[in-house]
Amino acid sequence: MSLQHYWFCFLAIQTREWRRFWQQRTRFVSALVRPLLWLMVFAAGFRAVLGVSIIPPYQTYITYETYIAPGLCAMIILFNSMQGALSMVYDRELGSMRVLLMSPLPRPFLLITKLLAMGVVSVGQVYIFLLIARLIDVEPPAWGYLAILPALAMTALMLGALGLLIATWIKQLENFAGVMNFVIFPMFFLSSALYPLWKMQEASPWLYWICQFNPFTHAVESIRFALYLQWDTEAYVTTTAVTVVLCALATAGFRPQRTRILGTRTGGN
Amino acid sequence: MTLEARGISFHYGRKRVLNDVSFTLADGRFHALLGPNGAGKSTLFGLLTRLLALQQGDILLGGVSLKRQPATAMHQIGVVFQQNALDLDLTVQQNLMYHAGLHGMSLKESRLRCARELERFELSERAGTPVRQLNGGHRRRVEIARALLHQPSILLLDEPSVGLDVPSRETLNRHVRQLCDDSGLTVLWATHLIEEVRPDDQILILHQGRLLADSDGHSLCRDKGTSSLAETFRTLTGEEVS
Repeated sequence: MSLQHYWFCFLAIQTREWRRFWQQRTRFVSALVRPLLWLMVFAAGFRAVLGVSIIPPYQTYITYETYIAPGLCAMIILFNSMQGALSMVYDRELGSMRVLLMSPLPRPFLLITKLLAMGVVSVGQVYIFLLIARLIDVEPPAWGYLAILPALAMTALMLGALGLLIATWIKQLENFAGVMNFVIFPMFFLSSALYPLWKMQEASPWLYWICQFNPFTHAVESIRFALYLQWDTEAYVTTTAVTVVLCALATAGFRPQRTRILGTRTGGN
Repeated sequence: MTLEARGISFHYGRKRVLNDVSFTLADGRFHALLGPNGAGKSTLFGLLTRLLALQQGDILLGGVSLKRQPATAMHQIGVVFQQNALDLDLTVQQNLMYHAGLHGMSLKESRLRCARELERFELSERAGTPVRQLNGGHRRRVEIARALLHQPSILLLDEPSVGLDVPSRETLNRHVRQLCDDSGLTVLWATHLIEEVRPDDQILILHQGRLLADSDGHSLCRDKGTSSLAETFRTLTGEEVS
């Protein structure tokens, strides 16, 4: 197999993901409605309650909307990644996952490419969200939009790998919905997406430490710093390391026989 | 190309589903894998297609081990699964193009091969139709066209006629046999329906995870002293055939 083969395979998976996404346009709208509600309603309501002092990367007092915008970018990716993992369970039950796995190219390559394809869709949504956010005065520097790209890609890959890891162990679609509640919400609320960690530390030191260990916190911070053209080494290193580990675990641990990929229950015929 | 299965055993947890199964598919012949539901056919297909990892034994395609050189071996196999594996929301052409891409074909080559397969299966007019709008028979044809897109030497079909009416089943069976005759394709057709098997076929009978027979239909009947394949099947397995 030459590099060309890999490239055409990569393109095919990307194209299919976009086609599927285009056919499910309502998903695009709903994925944007959620963060916009947080930004326009929740943030407006809590602006007075949660004053945000000057903390890096900001150099002046900021509105609450400005503070939570990077967290909401990460939230879009989080929801999309989990929804993507859901679609992998769906694919598996319908059988299209079998088609992917029948490719002669190495399975880790196929799975990572699939995660990247899902990530590209998420990143597109983040950019549209940021453009709308600009209308309500969330105005990062223009170069910030470009600078966040690596952070967004890394976050998408990290969360996609997490979704794949979870999907590997989920046998049915119904079970997956339950797992969502144990992954998305804790991950989102126990992070710096909605409130700075120093505030959390004041309220509860042990919650603060949980937030510190949450890789989602670091993903949010890497996006936040990049958006304001600054570099947070700790956030980047942590996000990258967690991404590598999760990708390795997700691809190495992917075993079709754990699932109903043959269209029959395991232990069937 | 030949396919050789050597000493394959497989178990889900403590349940043994395949027990020391060995056989060889001869180059360019039509083989029927006959077995009742639960015989282990789908598991065997899972192993032949690498969707399940081999626990014991090996599978060789033209001498190439599926275990050691999966990429080379997989390129030689085309598969039609028991359940629909098409993306219903994509068109026939898009489904085929996706498969071509997964096999590393360029856009130009993909289009060429798609056009050729669509023509061969009389689906050219439906290239732009979403698969959801096709009937069962046409969907099966699309799946076979897709399986042959990368020009494999071996075609594996896992109960391809499930869910089809009798005329569609017969047409499909005839079509695949024609492919086998015309292009020298090695075919393994799994079924639990004896009416899909002919006495000239090389027949493998799988029952409770064991391979009970591997011979052509005439020899099987002669060896067992029976007058029909259905009777042979009954004698070997103790079960009535569908």
